[in-house]
Amino acid sequence: MTTDVDAETNAPIQISVAAGSSAQAGSAATATPAGNPPIFRMQDLGVWYGSHQAVRGVTMDVPRNAITALIGPSGCGKSTTLRCLNRMNDLVPGARVEGTIMFGDENLLSSDVDPVDLRGRIGMVFQKPNPFPKSIRDNIEFGMKVNGIKPTPERVEQALRDAALWDEVKDRLKEEAFSLSGGQQQRLCIARAIAVEPEVILMDEPCSALDPIATLAIEELMRKLAERFTLVVVTHNMQQAARVSDQVAFMTVEGSDEGERCGVLAEVGTTRQIFSAPSDPRTEAYITGRVG
Amino acid sequence: MTPARDPRGRKRTRGSLGERAVLLALAAAAIISILITVGIVVVLVSEGATFFTDVPIGEFFTGTEWFPVEGKYGVLPLLNASIVIALIAALVAVPLGLGSAIYLSEYAPERLRRVVKPVLEVLAGMPTIVLGFFALDAVTPALQKIIPGLGLYNALAAGIVVGLLITPLISSLSEDSMRAVPNAMREGAFGLGATRRVVSLRVVVPAALSGIVASIVLAISRAIGETMAVTLAAGTVPNLSWNPLEGMQTITAYIVQVSKGEATRGSLQYESIFAVGLLLFVVTLAINIVAVRIVRRYRTVYQ
Repeated sequence: MTTDVDAETNAPIQISVAAGSSAQAGSAATATPAGNPPIFRMQDLGVWYGSHQAVRGVTMDVPRNAITALIGPSGCGKSTTLRCLNRMNDLVPGARVEGTIMFGDENLLSSDVDPVDLRGRIGMVFQKPNPFPKSIRDNIEFGMKVNGIKPTPERVEQALRDAALWDEVKDRLKEEAFSLSGGQQQRLCIARAIAVEPEVILMDEPCSALDPIATLAIEELMRKLAERFTLVVVTHNMQQAARVSDQVAFMTVEGSDEGERCGVLAEVGTTRQIFSAPSDPRTEAYITGRVG
Repeated sequence: MTPARDPRGRKRTRGSLGERAVLLALAAAAIISILITVGIVVVLVSEGATFFTDVPIGEFFTGTEWFPVEGKYGVLPLLNASIVIALIAALVAVPLGLGSAIYLSEYAPERLRRVVKPVLEVLAGMPTIVLGFFALDAVTPALQKIIPGLGLYNALAAGIVVGLLITPLISSLSEDSMRAVPNAMREGAFGLGATRRVVSLRVVVPAALSGIVASIVLAISRAIGETMAVTLAAGTVPNLSWNPLEGMQTITAYIVQVSKGEATRGSLQYESIFAVGLLLFVVTLAINIVAVRIVRRYRTVYQ
């Protein structure tokens, strides 16, 4: 069903209209707005940094082999939510995550789940390209070795081809990754993630440090990758979300009684529905540019 | 010409008396410290030059015996002792220093790091004569239990305490350069499913390598220049040997011995300390230049 964790939204008519428009409403078990079965099922997800709650009550499904975009104003917890999916928040001292995230049939937040293994199955691409200070080839091979994949030249080539970078680097695999342009570095980071053969690739504002042409290249790549992987993408670029995603989750910030600000999920729906008929007034305000 | 104005349009009061006084005082401080350094070099070179009019440079550098009483001035035993002890010190300090740097930078909780790092740095400020006592009173007796027949004065104990002395230098500087590695790089590796061990050893250490190598080189330079601990622990008998179980006299220990009044001013033996001092100066200067080069050449600039 279309998630509604926002207790303040008391506009039942609007919700029912929205739910109707995202045709899968009611058949929560198998269907998501993008039509594919869910790979992640987040239930009442909350994140605390020390005594500050950064995100609360996020409940949504992420469809398999589709692109889900997390959008919303700064500080709404998009990145924080994304980082729960591969347990990156474990690395932040004082961070605490509550709720459940079903990944397949296991709760990936459970202490039984080894975050190191999990991150081999759920790759990540970061805001700023962060290649290692090694050669292009070594950058690709690093993740393979870590995950026990034999780093053959064929596999390296395939990963670079999949990231649409092969033709540009095939003659200079031994050069430092830093010698590449920003857009190339980011595609190298995507290749590095693909090489590990994950099921999901998380992207945290992958184009925010890139120029429009490099951004377009990455967006085309994302559409291609969605055929094989599940993508969850944080972006503050509304056009990007509209161009590439199948499902959109709109997050926003709510103040608490103590004056603390906390990120919440306002609504989630198909990209078409969110951009043409948002059910939450805050979503509409944001996507039409009145807020944020 | 119009007078210079600051952005708010006021006329800049240039060259007021107070400003000038501060400028002069600071410039004087800088010039004096440079002059002192130059003066030291001049004294070393001129006195050393007097020495080399009596002892040929070739003999000085190739002679295998240092026995001033008989006029034998071959510096190899002294140089060799300095190198042996510095190498033993490096063998002790590199694993200890790097290990603690990796622990502090990559594993230790922030609160622990804030306590441990200053404590380690205090160790670097330990008076070295105290470490010399420590070598004689604790390290050598302990070693004698493991190695029967070990003499009271030996290069091993001296090398170990000098190693302890330079460990904080390596750990502190290496830790600084490891923490300068951007967190994004660690996250990239963690995001690929790397363990903390792999992130530390395969990503952070290589990324910080220039700083780590420079810290080791600087520490070795410090070890070669170290004086009191080795004078006490390694003894004062020149001995050309690679056996760390024997006593030997380093360049610095020789300078201490002669300066303490064994030789009369102006004698050849007295002048010899300037010659070996000059050698020591050149060696440590060269090592420091190498360290600076390493940092410059291999420093990866992270934006």
